[in-house]
Parts: sequence; C-alpha cells; structure tokens
Amino acid sequence: MNTIDTWVARQRERAATLPGAALPWLTGRRRNAIDSFAAAGWPTSRLEAWRHTSLAFLDQQPLAAPEDAPHPATTLAALRADFDDGGHWLVFVDGHFEPALSVRPPLPAGITVSALSEALARRPEAVEAAFGSAAGDDAAVASPYALNLALCSDGAFVHLSPGTALEQPLHLVFIGATGAADSHLRNLIVAEANAEASIVEHHLGGGNTLATVVTRVQAAQDARISHVKLQQQDEQSIHLANIEAEQARGSHFATHSLSFGARLARNDIRTRFDGEGCETLFNGLYHVDGRRHVDHHTLIDHARPLGTSREHYRGLVDGNARGVFAGRIIVAQDAQRTDAVQRCDNLLLSKMAEADARPELEIYADDVKCAHGATVGQIDDSALFYLRTRGVDETHARQLLTYAFAAEVIERIAQDALRRHARAALLSRLPGGALLEELL
Amino acid sequence: MLKIDKLHAAVDGKAILNGLDLEVKDGEVHAIMGPNGSGKSTLAQVLAGRDTFEVTAGSVDWDGTDLLALPAEERARAGLFLAFQYPVEIPGVSNAYFLKAAVNAVRRHRGLSEYDAMDFLSRVKAEMKAVGMREEFLYRSVNEGFSGGEKKRNEVLQMALLEPKLAVLDETDSGLDIDALKVVAEGVNRLRSPERSMIVITHYQRLLDYIVPDRVHVLSKGRIVRSGGRELALELEQHGYGWIESGAGAAQAAGAAGG
Ligand SMILES: Nc1ncnc2c1ncn2[C@@H]1O[C@H](COP(=O)(O)OP(=O)(O)O)[C@@H](O)[C@H]1O
Ligand SMILES: [Mg+2]
Repeated sequence: MNTIDTWVARQRERAATLPGAALPWLTGRRRNAIDSFAAAGWPTSRLEAWRHTSLAFLDQQPLAAPEDAPHPATTLAALRADFDDGGHWLVFVDGHFEPALSVRPPLPAGITVSALSEALARRPEAVEAAFGSAAGDDAAVASPYALNLALCSDGAFVHLSPGTALEQPLHLVFIGATGAADSHLRNLIVAEANAEASIVEHHLGGGNTLATVVTRVQAAQDARISHVKLQQQDEQSIHLANIEAEQARGSHFATHSLSFGARLARNDIRTRFDGEGCETLFNGLYHVDGRRHVDHHTLIDHARPLGTSREHYRGLVDGNARGVFAGRIIVAQDAQRTDAVQRCDNLLLSKMAEADARPELEIYADDVKCAHGATVGQIDDSALFYLRTRGVDETHARQLLTYAFAAEVIERIAQDALRRHARAALLSRLPGGALLEELL
Repeated sequence: MLKIDKLHAAVDGKAILNGLDLEVKDGEVHAIMGPNGSGKSTLAQVLAGRDTFEVTAGSVDWDGTDLLALPAEERARAGLFLAFQYPVEIPGVSNAYFLKAAVNAVRRHRGLSEYDAMDFLSRVKAEMKAVGMREEFLYRSVNEGFSGGEKKRNEVLQMALLEPKLAVLDETDSGLDIDALKVVAEGVNRLRSPERSMIVITHYQRLLDYIVPDRVHVLSKGRIVRSGGRELALELEQHGYGWIESGAGAAQAAGAAGG
C-alpha cells in the first residue's frame, strides 16, 4: 500500500541520497514540496482539473518493480537502431542516470548537456533558477508534480548559451526496469537568446510502477525549442507528466505528446508568453485500448500581444478505454492580435470507448483571432464506402482510415528520423499495421 | 449482361426507386437522364453496394450472379466501377497509396500479380497524362482540396486503372468546362470495348455529343419512364424535363425500358 504517509516517509528516507542533498535551497524546496503533497493528497475528481481522472486509487494501489524486464541495453539498442543521427543520448534506468549506456559526443562551446545529478554537483547555481518550486502552483491541482520535486532522483539539464544550436536532436531515454516501483524525473531546458535545440523524451518499460516526469523549458528571446515526448511505457504503469514552458519575446516552442502506453497517463502541458510575438505548437496523439485511460490538460497563456498558438490533439480510443482532453487558452487584455487555433478530435473505435474533449477559452482582448473545435466520432461512413467501391475490404479500409486520422498528427513532427520512428510506433500498435507499412 | 428487374429502394422508409427495369448488354453504353431528385444517384449507389439504401423489392442479375448479395468490395473486384457524383475526400491517405491499394485488390481477385512500386508508378503516370492530371496529385491526400474538375479527372483515372467490366458514371460531366468534359469523354471512349458496358448518368445531353450512347433512358420518380435512341436526349433537351414530368413524354414510354 502507498498511503500519503508512506510517500512522506519515503521522501525522508531517500532525502539524504537524492542529488543536491547538500544544497540548502534544494532541500528546502523538497521539504516544502512534500509538505504540500501531504496536505493535498492525490487529486480526485472533486477538482475540476481532475474531473475525469481521479488519482485517489493510488492510495490503495500496491506498486512493484517488475520481476522481469528486458535488459535496458537491449531496449536501448532497439530504439537507437531507428536513428543514425550521431546525437546525444542520455539514458536513465529506474530514475537514475546510466553513464555507461549514454552516448555523449563532443558539444560545441556554450552548450551543456548533462544529467541533473551532474549539474547539481558541478554548477548548482545554474540549476537553481531553472529548477522550479511547488510554491507558485495551486497545491491541490499540482500535487503529483510537488511529489516529483520532492523525490526527483535525476533527469536532464540542458543549457544553451546565446546563439548556440544543438545540431542533432538530444534523446532522453527513461527506462523502467527491475530496480524501482516508482521513479521521478525532472528535466530542465534553458535556452538563452537565439539558441536552438530539439529534445526527445522516450519513456519505456515500467511494469506496475509509477513514473512522474516534469520538463521545464525556458526559451529566451528568439530561442527555438522543439520537444517530443514519446510515451510507450508498459500497459500496467502510471505516467504523470508536467511540461511547462516560459517564452520570451519572439521565441518558438513546439511540444509533441505521443501517448501510446501506460494504464493511466496524464499530461499537463502549458506555456506562457512573457514577450511579444511568441509562437507555440502543441501537438498530440493518444491511443488507448483495454481499460486504459489518457488525459491531456493544456494551458496556453497569451499574456502578451502578437502571439500565435496552434494546438492539435487527436485520439484513438478503443475497447473500454477513455480519452480526456481539456484545453485552456487565456488571452490577456493587452494581448492584442493574438492568433490561436485549438482542435481536439477523437475517433471511437469501439462501442464502449469514451472520449471527452473540452475547450476553455478566456479572452479578455478584443482584437484576436481564436478558433476552436472538438469532435468525438466514428470512422466516416462515406470514406469507408468509397474505399470499398475500389475493392479495398472493409477491415483494411477501417485500418487505413484510422491510421490516416492519427498520422496527420505525426506529420507535424519536423525531424525525418523521428517522424519515421513515431509512425512505426503507431503502426505497431494498430491492427493491420503490417499491411499499411507500404505507406511509409 | 446486367439485368435490373423491378427494383425498389428506400432510405429511412422513404421510397426512392419504384420498380426500375433496365437491361444493359455487354459492350453497350446506356445513358440515364432525369431531373434532379429522380433517383439517378440512388440507382448508382445501390448498384455499387451502399447499404444506407434499403432494397425493398426487385433484383439485379449480373452475368448470372445476384449482384445485390455481394458486399461493395466484392462487386468492385468483380469489375463494377462507380464514378461518384461527389467523390469523397480522404485526408491523410495519399492518392498514390489509394490507387495502388485499389488496383492491387482488384488484380489479386483476377488472379493477376500485384504491381510492384515501379511498374505501378509508370502505369499510373501514363494514365494521369491521358486525363491531364499533374504528377503532384499522386502525393496529395485523396481528393482533398481538389477542385470539382480535378476530382472528376481522378475518378476517370481510377476507372482507367481498374479496367472495369461495368462502369457507372454518375454526373461525371457536371460542373466541368468543355475541355474537361472532352477529357472525361475521351477517357470513357478509350475504354469502350465489346466486353465492357457503361451506364452514363447525366443531367445534360451535352456529354452525349462526345459519348455516343446505344440507348437513352429517362428516369422520373424512381422509374424509367421512357427509353429510346440518341435522339431521345435531343428531344429532352428541346422540351425540358417538364415534358416528362407532365406525363406527355412519358405516355409513349410504357414498357419501352430495356436494351
Ligand atoms: N441519404 C439520403 N437520405 C434521405 N434522402 C435521400 C438520401 N439520398 C437521396 N435521397 C433523396 O432521394 C431522392 C433521389 O435522390 P438522388 O438519387 O440523389 O437523385 P438524383 O441523383 O437523380 O438527383 C431525393 O429526393 C433525395 O433527397
Ligand atoms: Mg445525383
């Protein structure tokens, strides 16, 4: 059992061995965070933001490290085979950095790519400002991420000096193996003016475990950050993720969430425009079947004028599964000439599947373009008939239309190798995927 | 040979086809004309196997098989082709993939080997040229963002690639300028052969200047009310559909349907 007290005790037990244990600012924040978590408990459906996704069950839920799992090196090799980009690979197993599995080619001057544990040992002052705290958040709503702060055992720390660019995508690989029933990772991405990078998170393995991950992005003026999270954890696991960006003037941030695995996956994704002319793309695809559950909650805060945001989420919901989307857009009073588009479309693939898609727009400015739409539906009958009149059998036609619906999300991923990898990951999940392979 | 016998069809309990008889022999081209709402598209869709239309009575025999018993995909594989009045857009499926899936499904059924990528590409490019479609249309999603004329050319392209035994063209001419109309007509005429029959549905007689039909039928309120040769189309053009609907033209039609 994992009562709230168990988590508090666990935090006390681990505190001395967590990275940065000697740093007063960090131990202080960790203590505040666990207190905040203990006071709030797991969010339940009584909270509007968790209406469809209660975590109350975690109190009763025994978690356990898998007894058996592929060797992380094997998992990693299979993944790396899809990429020949010569980029950086930071590998974390059961929440801990694995230097032996990681690949770290030389970097241009002015760029730091390291494990958070390394950065906290070498230059804690650089980490401090980016680390975040549990203080600013609504404690009840964000309690899982307070737990993350209290317990995070590692993650990535990336710092890009002004004008620098990471040539190849940085891959962060998080593998759940036999060593832990819970893992808590925190990634900090700091891009100074005009810097540019592409970061990919792969979440794999896990068994009946809990993984929390917080990724914080700071994009200074005109910086460009592209972020992809490919969640393919074991289907008994729980995945709770918070992606949080702050954008300065003219910066560009894209975040793609591909949520395929886990029994329950929750993604809280948000960005705030702190300067004029920011651009953001939130793009996501989820596939759930069986009794699984996925929830994306997004917030785009157009706090300043001339911002552009594009938000596209699509869901494939099968079996008795449930997909949830709630997308909030705030346009502040002086955020004139904001241009925002939000869409969430769901395809129900079975009678018992369920999807909820809810847009929430709060617009205080008057000169804005805001479009939004949400749909929950089935495969288009006339498209199905059209394909059948061309000799394509109904089963294949359904598979083709399902894939095509989902693939539109994947097509927005800019890097070729990544897009191919994501397509293959999707195809391997869908019935008839082999038949559709020739699409690639 | 196609033999439609006293066909009745309904949608949501509303009768649309009301005892339609038609015989099309191998190698013949029949034109079906009729006012809007007379049931032309319903006939086409019922023949192609759309199950939103319920066949309430009658039969369709096609070379000895009960056409209505086959699912849509089997009709297509057996050589039935419908060029849609409103071709469907399929976002995310490239035209190239679509065409290849269709051609190979039909070839498999006919015991022919599937095309490999290269053979398919050279074949499809040649056919595209014939219907005046640029190559870029291969890589775009099926019909998505195509103009009306581009969609119709895409239908004719599919027809050419699938080499049907019986082709039904549902107002493939409507909304086309004269050049596009000629392209469509050429596409049809190229395919004319003693083994292949065609049903050309049109609202205007203009198309029949380019595709010369063996028979012309007039459909009204779900029945064929008049049949004749080419000259019937010209007569219709002269008198308008009111002539049929008022009953004057139809009076001479009793029992005249069929090849
Ligand atoms: N899916 C449908 N649901 C309800 N009514 C339909 C449907 N399809 C056709 N109809 C009706 O059936 C009649 C014949 O339509 P249609 O076959 O499309 O005629 P045409 O092609 O000759 O213009 C019209 O009154 C039309 O409104
Ligand atoms: Mg019609």
